[in-house]
Amino acid sequence: MDLAAVFILEILYSIAVLVLISAGLAVVFGMMRVINLAHGEFMMMGGYATIVAVQAGVNVYIAMLIVAPLVVGIIGLIVERLVIRFLYGRLVDTMLATWGLSLAFTGAAVMIFGNTTTGVSTPIAGFTLGAYQINGYNFFIIIVSILLLVAAYAILRGTRLGLVARGTMQSADMAAALGYSPDRVYMSTFFVGSALAGLAGGVLAPLVGLVPTWGSAYIAKAFITVISGGASIVLGLLSSATVFGLVSQTFTFLSGPVIGEVALLVAAIILLRLLPQGITGRFFKGRL
Amino acid sequence: MESTKLRDAAWVVLAGIVLMFVAPLVLNYYTLTLLVIYGLLALSLGLIWGFGGILCFGQAVFYGLGAYAYAVSAANIGESTMPMLIAIAVPFVFAFLLGAMMFYGRLTDVYLGVITLVVTLIFFRFMNTTAGPEYQIGTARLGGYNGMPGYQTLNVPGDPSAYIYDSSLYYVCFVILLVVYVLVRLLLASPFGRIAVAIRENESRVELMGYDARFRKSVLFAIGGGIAGLAGALYASWAEIVTPGLFSLGQSAEIIIWCIVGGLGTLVGPVLGAAALGYLKFALGQQTAVDNVLIMGLILVVVVLVLPRGVVPSLMSAFGSSSRRNRPNAVRRGRRGRGRADG
Repeated sequence: MDLAAVFILEILYSIAVLVLISAGLAVVFGMMRVINLAHGEFMMMGGYATIVAVQAGVNVYIAMLIVAPLVVGIIGLIVERLVIRFLYGRLVDTMLATWGLSLAFTGAAVMIFGNTTTGVSTPIAGFTLGAYQINGYNFFIIIVSILLLVAAYAILRGTRLGLVARGTMQSADMAAALGYSPDRVYMSTFFVGSALAGLAGGVLAPLVGLVPTWGSAYIAKAFITVISGGASIVLGLLSSATVFGLVSQTFTFLSGPVIGEVALLVAAIILLRLLPQGITGRFFKGRL
Repeated sequence: MESTKLRDAAWVVLAGIVLMFVAPLVLNYYTLTLLVIYGLLALSLGLIWGFGGILCFGQAVFYGLGAYAYAVSAANIGESTMPMLIAIAVPFVFAFLLGAMMFYGRLTDVYLGVITLVVTLIFFRFMNTTAGPEYQIGTARLGGYNGMPGYQTLNVPGDPSAYIYDSSLYYVCFVILLVVYVLVRLLLASPFGRIAVAIRENESRVELMGYDARFRKSVLFAIGGGIAGLAGALYASWAEIVTPGLFSLGQSAEIIIWCIVGGLGTLVGPVLGAAALGYLKFALGQQTAVDNVLIMGLILVVVVLVLPRGVVPSLMSAFGSSSRRNRPNAVRRGRRGRGRADG
């Protein structure tokens, strides 16, 4: 019984992590059709922002929930103005340029922080469930992910801001004719996407030893989750994260973390081969 | 027009032969050999991306597969001629199967990118876990993240004790590069190559004319894989150790950067791009003031923004001679905005 509870918790946790790391990429890809391959490095910078802030004496929650998204959001804004905005509509070129950025950010982080591991301790203590030890911080991550999905849905669905954003993505010319500047909408969308990456980096930072190449561990997973999710931002993210979280956690449970990882990747290939438009390209069509 | 291209190719080969004898005056054989191998690797992606329009994020898979196939079979057989052939055949077959899986599923750009990327990751993760004694092929242990040393390096065919190394390995690699270049040029001049370019330009039109684009793309992809495998085998012979790092994303990224910087839609461009950037990386490795990954990344960003066609085609059109024949931008322009179609 305890084992079942632990197992379910682990699955929920791995789904939550996938949602968290993919949310920023999903916003940018879903709304703007831009694949940001520097997404992992944005997370890495969020992690470093959190650690630097904590070492400077900032409360750890403020550091990861406010400082990290803000810092990375601003970096994203600069990147959008300097690089991305010249490449809208050229999918492959944006991928290559952001890949270049990801290498550059990794290199810069090596120069600033060195090739050493840094970290902060998790702010929530663990507890035991029957014979098993559970990391209390996992609950925090699950809650953050749920709040994130709810907030994204509410903003896109319920506010004027979301309406304008969705309208611009459907038809930039029409939005411009109605008086909304597509340029500004793209800019703020990219800011939000980057800030979400920063948030993910900040929230995950206490769980890992942070190194400059940390981001590259996540970019592929985030990329796969978003592409397999398909066109809808919230539903696509949720459905593909659920599928992959289930698969990877089940295989991890059965035969170890490496096999779990490989199973996730194989599942992604099968899924994309069967549903090249992503899950929401086939089911839940046209929803958010 | 094809005959002028082949005449250009003859000049390229001539220039290559001159370069082959001049370069050792400037650099040592050890570094040069690696640059030539990089050139061969870049040529493989330059063929399938620049002429086939297939953007493969995982060319490193075929490179690594070739290197491992060579290492494993050389350790078992004890000479190098057969392993060389195996090192070409294994990536060729694997690329064909992978390509067929993707092209018969009608996957294009981003999805192609994701799948090739994922395959790279699978190999990287898997190879890192093969440290245990249970991962053994014949007498060869895969060795996991430690890599796999101690196999027979390149030797004169038929005489396993006559090793080819240092200067002779350099000349062998360079000649192989030139031969592969000529073969690829001939392939592109053949009906198969011309239809491959037509598929890049407009796939549905070619299909309506009765050609099977899916099969042809798979074959082209497999040829690129085979060439990358050959480069991997030469690398294995040069380095005398193969490691899972060959399958890393960084390796794939480098190949793409070489092609982009050198110029798509040409064959010389990627080769020169690989040699130049390979040398730059080597030179940057000598100093510690600036991280070399940072420089590589910035080069990629700047080239995509400023010279989206790459250095060689830009130079060619600057000198006016070949601007009409080389339209590398068609590859990427053609893909412009296609990602929207699934929205």
